[in-house]
Amino acid sequence: MLDVLKKLEEEGYEATIGLEVHVQLNTVSKIFSADANHETEEANTHVSVISLGHPGTLPVLNAQAVEKAVLMGLACGSQISRYNTFDRKSYFYPDLPKGYQTTQDKTPICIGGKIPLFGTNLLQEQVELHHIHLEEDAGKSIHDEEAGTLIDLNRAGTPLIEIVTNPSVAGPDEAAACLQEIRRMVRYLGIGNANMEKGELRCDANISIKKKGDSLLGEKVEIKNMNSFSHVRKAAIFELERQLALKLAGEPVVVETRTFDPATGQTYGMRFKETMNDYRYFPCPDLPPVVLDDQYLAGLQPRANENPRVYRQRLTQKYQLSDYDLGILTEEKETAQYFEALCQQGVEPKSAANWMNGPLRSLLNEEGKNLSEIAIGTQQLAELIKLVEEDKLVYQTAVQQLLPKLPKATKSPLKLAEELNLLVSEDKAELEAIVREVLISLPKETEAFRKGKKKLLGLFIGEVMKKSRGKANPKVVQQELLKALN
Amino acid sequence: MKVDKETLQKVAHLARLNIRPEEEDQLLKDMGEILNWVEKLREVNTKGVEPLTHMTGEVNVLRADKAEATIDRQQALKNAPQQDGKFFIVPQVMKRND
Repeated sequence: MLDVLKKLEEEGYEATIGLEVHVQLNTVSKIFSADANHETEEANTHVSVISLGHPGTLPVLNAQAVEKAVLMGLACGSQISRYNTFDRKSYFYPDLPKGYQTTQDKTPICIGGKIPLFGTNLLQEQVELHHIHLEEDAGKSIHDEEAGTLIDLNRAGTPLIEIVTNPSVAGPDEAAACLQEIRRMVRYLGIGNANMEKGELRCDANISIKKKGDSLLGEKVEIKNMNSFSHVRKAAIFELERQLALKLAGEPVVVETRTFDPATGQTYGMRFKETMNDYRYFPCPDLPPVVLDDQYLAGLQPRANENPRVYRQRLTQKYQLSDYDLGILTEEKETAQYFEALCQQGVEPKSAANWMNGPLRSLLNEEGKNLSEIAIGTQQLAELIKLVEEDKLVYQTAVQQLLPKLPKATKSPLKLAEELNLLVSEDKAELEAIVREVLISLPKETEAFRKGKKKLLGLFIGEVMKKSRGKANPKVVQQELLKALN
Repeated sequence: MKVDKETLQKVAHLARLNIRPEEEDQLLKDMGEILNWVEKLREVNTKGVEPLTHMTGEVNVLRADKAEATIDRQQALKNAPQQDGKFFIVPQVMKRND
């Protein structure tokens, strides 16, 4: 358990953490207008009279935004609202041109549900959701010392889902794990890119502490806009410690909004006053209700099942993987699918996992590519693995010389190995000649071995392998060497 | 219905309106009358009636997810009081007090 949680427990306190996670949906156009929903260097070019908030314009809801929100809800096991309306949340900020954000207050599209957590030593298996609602993103403010504040409205109207958990996240590690799983889910479902550095996935955390057994929650502090797992974790740890120190000193915890500064690892109060948060929600008359029926939901269910939890369960049951392998293989859907395809080609699960998490991963890192870009078919890799397992190809040779040639190869691994003369040589006479040659070239070591320095065997094997240019079968080399030495 | 000064100031602040002291009395009177008028609606028995949020009864007015450029940057910035050809410019917004 984390130190800060132990400290809280010793003093008779407990932490209450809730998360509000904003996810940008990867639709082609914006939520209420047709302007493009993708990044551009050019400020204020992906805008329209609707996203600029001009009077007299009418928003029209993007069907794909609804679908993507529902997919997330179904994957979380939420109840989907059959009758949806939108509400206006009024507040003034320069990057919110209408003076209100169109959101869902009364009828969030998904109610309840949970985010399963995956990781070691976590205090809970899942985090319950309060709801998920659809809304629009605001523009961006760039604070320039001289010119004033610059406003770019390209982001205004980007569809968002806001995922709101119950205040039941057990601690900082669980908060980070919850966010990680949300990112995995968003990517598995293909509803967003969830790149945290780009702000496509952002997290606010509500943190308070209270005496154990108290029914009322403590004074809530909201930490805004964190954009990495470790920031969320560190901010939560810092905030819990800060609040405990205040309580122990008999000082009040001020209800406020704070920001986390990664450079110092601390949270700081923001200038907004809580009394200003009077949003005066009311139904948006411009957007007619959205009614979802059973048939619509049933049609989306198969796609919602393409989520990390389902893959983890299936891979665990079917292939008995270690938690370590499982974690790496299910981090991305493409990886999990690739693994399953390899197994279907007859590769042993453990061996498939080793190849994917070892040599294949190194190759991807070297080339700076992901699985779908590298163009090594599962059939090709399965054949390569089989060649090694049938002792037709030496492992090191396969990894170092053949694997890097597989992308875009038009020939099978066997054909390639034949052409490059890499297959294990069955020629006993040739091998015996090499063994003799090596032993003659190392007379001192040969004598030392015979006198009992058995560790030298490795050196001999290495030399023989080198001379055979990776074509000799290491097991046979060992046999031949022992025969020659004894 | 009587509206007090505090309520008037709060509503004005939420709407970012500056009220001159000499306007206050008239506004208090006007707001009181508006509330009286709305109060009338309470006489209607609305038990079991769902709030009416939309007039037409239409549902599921959705658009296909297609991108279309309707205005360019020059047009977008045209009506802004201050802009630099790329951005809207507004008075400095402060962020944090540490």
